[in-house]
Amino acid sequence: MKISAFHLMPHRELPPDFEKRYESVWVTPPWWELADARRVGQYYNWTLDELLYAARSGLDGVCTNEHHQNAYGFMPSPNLMGSVLAKLTTGMNVAIVQMGATLPTSNPPIRVAEEYAMLDCISGGRLVAGLPLGSAMDVNLCYGITPMEHRERYREAFALTLRAWQAREIFAWNGRYYQLANVNLWPRPIQQPHPPVWVPGSGSISTFDFAVDNDVCYCFLSYSGARSARTMMDRYWEVVSEKGREANPYRGGFLQLVAVSETDARAEEDYARHVEYFYHKCLHVPGPWFSPPGNQDYRSLVATTSNPVRRPETPKNLRYRDFVEKGYVIAGSPATVRDRLKEDVIRGLRVGNLMVLLQIGSMPHELALKNIDLFAREVLPHLRDTWDDEGWVNHWWPEGLRGATPQRAAVGRST
Amino acid sequence: MAGRAARGHPAARGGREEYLTPLRERTVSVWQDQVHLRVLSKGVGPAVLFFHGPWGLTWDPFLDELAQNFTVHAPEHPGTTPGAPDEIYHLDGLWDLVVCYEELLEALGVASAAFVGHSFGAMVACEVAAARPDRARRVALIDPLGFWRDADPITNWMLLNPGQLPGHIFRDPDGDAARRMFPPGDDEEAMLAARVRLSWAMGATGKFIWPIPDKGLKKRIHRVKVPTLLIWGKEDRLVPPVYAEEFVRRIAGARVQTVDDAGHAPHLEQPETVARMVRDFLSQ
Repeated sequence: MKISAFHLMPHRELPPDFEKRYESVWVTPPWWELADARRVGQYYNWTLDELLYAARSGLDGVCTNEHHQNAYGFMPSPNLMGSVLAKLTTGMNVAIVQMGATLPTSNPPIRVAEEYAMLDCISGGRLVAGLPLGSAMDVNLCYGITPMEHRERYREAFALTLRAWQAREIFAWNGRYYQLANVNLWPRPIQQPHPPVWVPGSGSISTFDFAVDNDVCYCFLSYSGARSARTMMDRYWEVVSEKGREANPYRGGFLQLVAVSETDARAEEDYARHVEYFYHKCLHVPGPWFSPPGNQDYRSLVATTSNPVRRPETPKNLRYRDFVEKGYVIAGSPATVRDRLKEDVIRGLRVGNLMVLLQIGSMPHELALKNIDLFAREVLPHLRDTWDDEGWVNHWWPEGLRGATPQRAAVGRST
Repeated sequence: MAGRAARGHPAARGGREEYLTPLRERTVSVWQDQVHLRVLSKGVGPAVLFFHGPWGLTWDPFLDELAQNFTVHAPEHPGTTPGAPDEIYHLDGLWDLVVCYEELLEALGVASAAFVGHSFGAMVACEVAAARPDRARRVALIDPLGFWRDADPITNWMLLNPGQLPGHIFRDPDGDAARRMFPPGDDEEAMLAARVRLSWAMGATGKFIWPIPDKGLKKRIHRVKVPTLLIWGKEDRLVPPVYAEEFVRRIAGARVQTVDDAGHAPHLEQPETVARMVRDFLSQ
């Protein structure tokens, strides 16, 4: 079992009436009214410190991701963050999980292949190469890619990336969207034939097929918890089986919000307002923006429209206890958290590569460190051996780190 | 550019009265047999080619009115024909689309026609007319797209809630025209089917105009030299009527007529008025 710390790098101090005053947290929030560059510099540094703290505390990997024009999580370049983390974790058995740079918004997309190869070189072969499709808000609304072309561009860029890493000879790429006469990547990654690839998704059925056909780790990035993910992940495992692949739990990944405190009651005191901030403000986006016409292929459009189960409920009316009860967030004492993580998420969804979001919404730096510390000391050790008795190999983890357990460093604040 | 036209069986009759000729449906194969355009045709007289807007084609009272004096051919935009949604992936850009329509005219055996278009379809009509000026005898554009003014941004209808759409397309979101495009929620099956159809039609047409519907028409529109009529719903909330100026100053002799009590789809909200405007213009 590999468990990595995920970070969004959110705005932590949005005004209390944010979701009433503004149209959206994404695409259109006005920078000049809502943010200050010096303060944002502090957020970036807190983010790096929190991820580094997680690495030193014994988590297996640190995850960053790419989003644009928003206050929900604004690392427009995850590779800038990843390169800092790669350097600061030198000598540690920690994976640099880029979840990741978005191919359709990188032009030409071999830029991602190059930067990932750099990260793999800098980190000594510790890169996990997340290759996300990118959200519609980022790709279609902020970066102007036509929704109907979004997936096609992604698939072409994906194939180009894999070939660019591996090709022994210089090649010409005469694609539909990208034409490059001399592809000759410098540098190449340390990991051969290429770094492990994770493909994040949000339950789109066409992505299941894509993930299995390409033999990658499919990561369901959901904020609605394991219960609502169950149908989706069951379907994923069916596709795995139908396509004749073994049900290796490491080909499944999942992102879970986690908040640990001394007791269940104390967890509510510590985290309730930050969890509500996250669901009420950080996810404040007009529904149609998640999937403008053409973004989903026709098959997925029909499935989403005709099956109300696939339409998520609005979290605006839910409160902390609802989020915990429904499993959106797994919160409470260490015992509560490890039981629910193990049964609902790890066993329930058959997940070998778990990501946990430990800094949530407005959660301040000190509290994030407490959450990371408790998780690493009281929860993580109880989960790590979950799949060991079945003898699976985690092909989707850097080979040099597969058998390794990160040592808890003498944890110290770097700020 | 050889395409082939296959005769389909006559479809159901449309309109409020019986006309001399029935509504005909046929499917025309173009683009190396990868794109199959369904074409609805009706009427007798000079040929009119109607290019529909972002919400797909339905044979409506406006087209019925026109069919009294003209032979109206109304093709479905690639990808919007039921049963063939993925055909849109065979076209990469506006140039492909224009050549597709050129192949369609060839296959229909229509040497030249009056071009009538609505919204996105009006932009396409303009592009085809600019590419093949000999094909367009006259051009009538209903609330066309094709230009962009920073001071008068066009609302991106593809980012609206289904519930917001009628109020943006129509002056009266509760009127008959709106209810025909957006079946009310009491028939859930019909509502969901319409939602899929509309969403996919917006995606398939949006492919050629995302994220700003200015794809270079300003470089080509000077090639349109035939008489041109602009028709605009006075209360168009998607494409403000000021955009008529962009067409008028680029097409010599273009005229503008506005339609009262109509939004972005005046031919659906005021079919008789708009049909009369088009008929009078085409008959001059």
